Amino acid sequence: MAGKDASVLTISPDSPKRSSITTFGALVGSGFRRYTTYRQATIAGTFTNIVFGYLRCYVLLAVAASTLGGRPAGYDREQLATYVWLGQGLLSVIMLWAWSELAERIRTGDVAADLLRPVSPLTAYLAADLGRAGHAMLTRFIPPVVVGALCFPLHVPARWTTVPLFLLSVLLAVVVSFGCRYLVNATAYWLHDARGPILLWVLGAGVLGGLYFPLRLLPDWLAATLWLATPLPSILQTPLDVAAERDGPAMQAGLVGLQACWAVVLLTLAWIVQRRAERRLVVQGG
Amino acid sequence: MGELRAYVALAGAQARSAFSYRASFLIELVGNVGATVFDVLSVLVLFRATDRIGGFDLPEALLMTSITSSGFALADFAVGNVDRLKTYVRAGTLDAVLVRPLGALPQLLLMDLPMRKMLRVVFGVTVLAVALGLNDVDWTPARVLLVTLAPLSCAVFMGSIFVISASLAFWWVESGEIGSAFTYGGRDFASYPITVYGPAFRGLFAYALGFAFVAYQPALALLGRPDPLGLPAWAGFASPLVAIGAATVATIVWRIGIRQYRSTGS
Repeated sequence: MAGKDASVLTISPDSPKRSSITTFGALVGSGFRRYTTYRQATIAGTFTNIVFGYLRCYVLLAVAASTLGGRPAGYDREQLATYVWLGQGLLSVIMLWAWSELAERIRTGDVAADLLRPVSPLTAYLAADLGRAGHAMLTRFIPPVVVGALCFPLHVPARWTTVPLFLLSVLLAVVVSFGCRYLVNATAYWLHDARGPILLWVLGAGVLGGLYFPLRLLPDWLAATLWLATPLPSILQTPLDVAAERDGPAMQAGLVGLQACWAVVLLTLAWIVQRRAERRLVVQGG
Repeated sequence: MGELRAYVALAGAQARSAFSYRASFLIELVGNVGATVFDVLSVLVLFRATDRIGGFDLPEALLMTSITSSGFALADFAVGNVDRLKTYVRAGTLDAVLVRPLGALPQLLLMDLPMRKMLRVVFGVTVLAVALGLNDVDWTPARVLLVTLAPLSCAVFMGSIFVISASLAFWWVESGEIGSAFTYGGRDFASYPITVYGPAFRGLFAYALGFAFVAYQPALALLGRPDPLGLPAWAGFASPLVAIGAATVATIVWRIGIRQYRSTGS
C-alpha cells in the first residue's frame, strides 16, 4: 500500500482483487463522509420523520382499536407501532424518495467523466450509496425509533435471530432500492429527461413498498403477487415485517431470501442496461 | 391594471413552456394526480380491516379526507411552489425578483406555476362529491354555504401554512424538509377524524395550529353530528374565520421575513 495516502487514491501494486476491494471501501467511506457535512438537513429531516411517525402510528392504532380481536392484518398493537417507527427510521436509509443524481449527470453530459474512471459507474454509485445508507442508519434511523419507544410500546423481538436477520434485510433493501433507482435514472440515457420515470418510481415505491399502509391489509392474493412480481415490497415492507416478527422463522427467512434474489436480478439488469447505454451514449452539452 | 397584465404575461409564459413538452406534461399530470389518488386509496384500504376508525364510518371519514384533499390540492396548485424559496434564497435568485416593480410573492408563485397539479384539484372535488353522495346530509341553506366554503377555507389555510413554513428559509436557509412536517403532515393530520390522535399531539396540531377546523369540524357540521371532543356545533362554521386568521399570520410572517432578508451576496 505504498504511495497511498488518505486523500489521493493511487493504483496500488497489490493484487487486482484486493485493490478493487480497497477502492470499493474508499468509495463507501467517501459516500459516508459526504453526508456527514449535511448536518442541518439531517436534523430537519429527522424532525419531519418523527412528526409523520406520530401521524401514522395513531391512525394504525385507531384501526387496531376498532378491529375485532385488535389484530388488523395479523399485527398486534406493539407490532404496528414497531412497523411505523422503524419504517420512519428506515425511510432515508433505503431512500424511497427521488434520487436523480445520475439522471442529472446524463442530461448535462457530466456522466462522460464517470465513464472515464477506472471503476464502472454502477460499482461507484453502489459504493457511494452504501456509504450514504450507513450514515443514515447511524443518524436518521435511531432518533425516530427512540422517540417511538418512549411514546408507544414497541415489539421486543422474541427470537434472537431476528436482529441479525433484520440488519441483513436492511442491507439487501438498500441494494434493491439502489438497483431500482439506478434503472429509473438510466432511462435518461434514452429519454434525456428522467423526471417522468422518477415520479412514477416515487409514487409506486411509496404505496407498493408499504409506506402508506402495511401491504398485508390488501387481499392475500394481491399482496403475494406484489411481493413476487415486483421488487417494491422488498424495499420497506420486508425489513419491517422481519423486525415486527409478523411471520414465523421460516417465512421470515424466506422473505429475506426473496430480497436477495431481487437484489441479484436488479444489479444484473442495471449492469446490462449500463453496458447497452454506453454503446449508444451521445454525450450532451459541449 | 398594468401590474395585472404583467402577472398574466408571467402565468401565460409558464403555461406555454409547460404545454410545449406535451409528453412530459402528460406524464407529470398523471403522476401528480396519482399522489392524491393514493391518499384516498389508503383510507379505503384501512377500512378493509375495520368498519370504524376513531368512531367514524367510511363515508364520514371519506368526507373529511376529500375536503382536505380538494382544499390541499388547490393550495398546492396556487402557492405550493413557495416551497422553493430556500433554493431561491441560496442561489440568490430572490434578488432578481426583489428589484422588479411587482410584489415578490405573486412573482415567485407565477415564476413556476405548476400546471401539472391541475388535475389533482379536479380529482379532489370529485371525491368530495362522491363522499357527499354516500352520506345522508340533511341539506339546509347554511350547509350548502358551508360545503362550498369548507374546501376554499381549507385551501386558504393550507396556503398560509405553505407560506409560513417557506418563510422559515429567510432565517434558516438549510431548513430542508422541516416545512413538510406541517404542510404534508398537516394534510395527513386533517385527512382522518382527529379523534384517533393522542391528546397532546391532537392539542398541538388540531387546536394550537388550527388543523381541526380544516376538515373535521366542517364535516361534523355537515353531518349534523355532535363533536365527541366537546366543541359546540357552530365550530364547523368557524373554519373560514380560522383560515382568515392563518392568512393574516402568514402575511405578517412573510413581511417580516422579506424585510429582514439579506442577500447571500454572491
